[in-house]
Amino acid sequence: MNFETTIGLEVHVELKTHSKIFSPSPVEFGDQPNSNTNVIDWGYPGVLPTTNKGVVHDGIMAGLALHAQIQKHPHFDRKNYFYPDNPKAYQITQAETPIAHDGWVEIEVDDKKKKIGIAEMHIEEDAGKNSHATRYSYVDLNRQGTPLIEIVSKPDISSPDEAYAYLEQLRQVIQFTGISDVKMEEGSMRVDVNISVRPVGQKEFGTKTELKNLNSFNYVRKGLAFEEQRHQRVLMSGGKIAQETRRFDEVSGQTILMRTKEGSDDYRYFPEPDLPVLNISQNWIDSIKQELPEPPAKRRQRYVDELGITDYDAMVLTQTKEMSDFYDQMIKDGADPKLAANYLQGNVNEFLNDNQVELQDTKITPEHLATMIKLITDGTISSKMAKKVFKAITNGEEPKKFVEEKGMVQLSDPAKLQPIIDDVVAANPQSVEDFHNGKDRAIGFLVGQIMKQTHGKANPQVVNKLLKESMSK
Amino acid sequence: MNYFDQSLSSVHEKLASKAISATDLVKQTLDNIKNVDSKINAFITVDEDGALKKAKQIDEKGIDSNNLLSGMPIAIKDNMVTKGLKTTAASKILENFKPIYDATAVKKLNDLGSINVGKTNMDEFAMGGSTENSAFQTTHNPWDETKVPGGSSGGSAAAVAAGEVLAALGSDTGGSIRQPASFNGVVGMKPTYGRVSRWGLIAFGSSLDQIGPITRNVFDNATVLNAIAGHDDHDLTSSDKVIPDFTSTLNKGVKGLKIGIPSEFMAQGLDDDVKQVVLDTAETFKKLGATVEEVSLPHTQYGVAAYYIISSSEASSNLQRFDGIRYGYRAKDAKSLEDVYVKSRSEGFGDEVKRRIMLGTFSLSAGFYDAYFKKAAQVRTLMINDFTKIFKDFDLILAPTAPTPAYGIGEDISDPMTMYMNDVLTLPVNLAGLPGMSIPAGFSKGLPVGVQLIGRPYDELTVYQAGSAFEQDTDFNKQTPKMGGNN
Repeated sequence: MNFETTIGLEVHVELKTHSKIFSPSPVEFGDQPNSNTNVIDWGYPGVLPTTNKGVVHDGIMAGLALHAQIQKHPHFDRKNYFYPDNPKAYQITQAETPIAHDGWVEIEVDDKKKKIGIAEMHIEEDAGKNSHATRYSYVDLNRQGTPLIEIVSKPDISSPDEAYAYLEQLRQVIQFTGISDVKMEEGSMRVDVNISVRPVGQKEFGTKTELKNLNSFNYVRKGLAFEEQRHQRVLMSGGKIAQETRRFDEVSGQTILMRTKEGSDDYRYFPEPDLPVLNISQNWIDSIKQELPEPPAKRRQRYVDELGITDYDAMVLTQTKEMSDFYDQMIKDGADPKLAANYLQGNVNEFLNDNQVELQDTKITPEHLATMIKLITDGTISSKMAKKVFKAITNGEEPKKFVEEKGMVQLSDPAKLQPIIDDVVAANPQSVEDFHNGKDRAIGFLVGQIMKQTHGKANPQVVNKLLKESMSK
Repeated sequence: MNYFDQSLSSVHEKLASKAISATDLVKQTLDNIKNVDSKINAFITVDEDGALKKAKQIDEKGIDSNNLLSGMPIAIKDNMVTKGLKTTAASKILENFKPIYDATAVKKLNDLGSINVGKTNMDEFAMGGSTENSAFQTTHNPWDETKVPGGSSGGSAAAVAAGEVLAALGSDTGGSIRQPASFNGVVGMKPTYGRVSRWGLIAFGSSLDQIGPITRNVFDNATVLNAIAGHDDHDLTSSDKVIPDFTSTLNKGVKGLKIGIPSEFMAQGLDDDVKQVVLDTAETFKKLGATVEEVSLPHTQYGVAAYYIISSSEASSNLQRFDGIRYGYRAKDAKSLEDVYVKSRSEGFGDEVKRRIMLGTFSLSAGFYDAYFKKAAQVRTLMINDFTKIFKDFDLILAPTAPTPAYGIGEDISDPMTMYMNDVLTLPVNLAGLPGMSIPAGFSKGLPVGVQLIGRPYDELTVYQAGSAFEQDTDFNKQTPKMGGNN
């Protein structure tokens, strides 16, 4: 029996606004519990929410980046449920009129491109956090009211690999808009997935199961792959899939039953009466469109077509907007595209990994790195010297100045090199003979001697050329 | 100080001319409250210390001679939060709740130098029309202590009628300012939805609630609305429309105004005396130069159902925050989270509140939402359209405020449906978000009877204009209750 799989993803993304979505409290993490809260966040009697315009702006921006239709007059709804981390006992969200709908992202799996539809995207508030000790439970409302966007995919995803690719694309597209850090490990991106399997040809979807505790894209893929096979096994043996929520166990790589779903929860949604309907003008949408940075897919295309770097390099350079912007600026500053790509993927990435920092938090500037690369390409410094220069760049030093101060300028002038070469050739007749007898190693030795004489400053290419000429005379 | 025969202007003159200090005025006001309130029970909390402290500050600063509210004692309904002063919404669940901020309307009055002497009784969370649903006490009608003062702003209306203060704030979700104003022979204005900030008003029906003044006359009422109206950054449903001087049209008369009386409001169920008061009022307006014609609000009959579904649905959600976790009453013997919720709320809320939470929860439930909440919202739109049509040709609507004068304490409370039907004449104004004011217009067997004037959205000016013209031509608002021979 052949099966087909249908996967749905609900992705929550935390926005990087300064204040909360419905209150002026700051959005900051790691502070004293409940320090970033006010009466609105506590659900205090008599308080009212006010809409943070920046969140609406970011919502529109995300919608546009996802090629979605923007709802001109969306309203908010209340989702009612009791829980201590939910102080009003309702979450203000958008159920009826999401701010954006009918978008898509394009993924590529096994060299095949596919558009994955986005059913809707809405803005809403996050809840606080409960924690439990032996005698008491505690509520921290710092996170209460943090703005979120929720992105709901259409049932277009048909394999765990596609789900992975979709998440990667989604992450990139959002990351490039600059509205969120989109980091799963920090909770600024959270993923809920559901999966169903049906025999090919069957009209109705199979029964869905939901997966929780997916802390990385990789676990999403693994969890879905496990579920896909489990569904198929059960169906093949004539069994039935139960509608349930399962947890992915990272150690065993299996999914484990959490709870069976009997009927759906009743959240008693209704329009939020405290907030007027939003009026989003076409002008506002157009101006946000102007703000949108060039998306990652377009940048990749440009890098390959115009700058001549490889698909792989282009992909690596477009992982984050910061990296891609950095690269673009280096090209503007006159760096060789291939060398620039190599340095970013090599020395720069190594430095970031070793120090566990983000590119934008370092002292490395595109201008400095581009200058260093230009010094290499015009022969001023050798790539060996560049290692020291790079280190200086990471400390914020200007490379040209650094090279001059350290006297690191490479010796490329034949007029200056020739006498030294002549001396070395004269002093080592054996090596010259070995060279003429076809022993290539001999030239290495001679170059080494010349380097020694010049304290490593001789330009190796020039030395090689002059040396061969001298010995062929 | 007893405020019978007084007005904001007359008391202000005494303060401004230093015939009396703010401190002495407050002392005398508090003495009178002590005396009168032993019979009326209008106040849940009297803030002696706070009022005297504020009076002292005012005396030190001096009375602002351009501001009628400077040094003026007032009262606040107990569902508006007052910083550091117990605010209960007449519910056990907030029995000892001391808020940390002031409602915007309260703050505006404070900033003008008025002196809050206390918090008035009400139906719990403003749910009711008799103030009998208070968890703490029964307020008596000053005109007849065996009668209810109406509600839910019964404490505020009774306090003004009994001469305890000249002005009090009420809130009106389905008639809670206008109906007690009618029952107590005072002036009560429910402004246009959006005119007054709801920040700090403990929410009942968020799309309907509106704060407004209760006073002895129209001028005083317009003066207090001048003070509390206006856009508030804390309340996005508050309007940024320019605030006119609401006292500016009080002497313009009604010549040329077109007034409509909805036939549906004069139909069966209306007390004969009340009906006669409305007809007499119409004659007065005609005499003063207005034209009065019968009009129709055809969807009136669906109003009660639509109102109780919408207001209860919103209330069921608004009241969920009273969960025993962060503030207010928490059941003592709760053993689990579920227990904290269920017991705190079961013990903390009164019967009427629970009834409406259940009604609202049901109306919003999956499978019932379309038949109830959505249908009610559609009815609301039809009712708004009815009003819009009338206001194309008419400047004002004249109608009875309540079907009957004040009824006996304990008479109606056993039958919620009778209680709900009492709101039939006032709640359409809330559903449509219009301004509506009840003014004293007659008597029935010694009890005051009010009529309401309903205006176009944001046209409180015309409502005040007509109310003032009527007031100047009649003496209903000059009558005072006997108060057991106190007068």
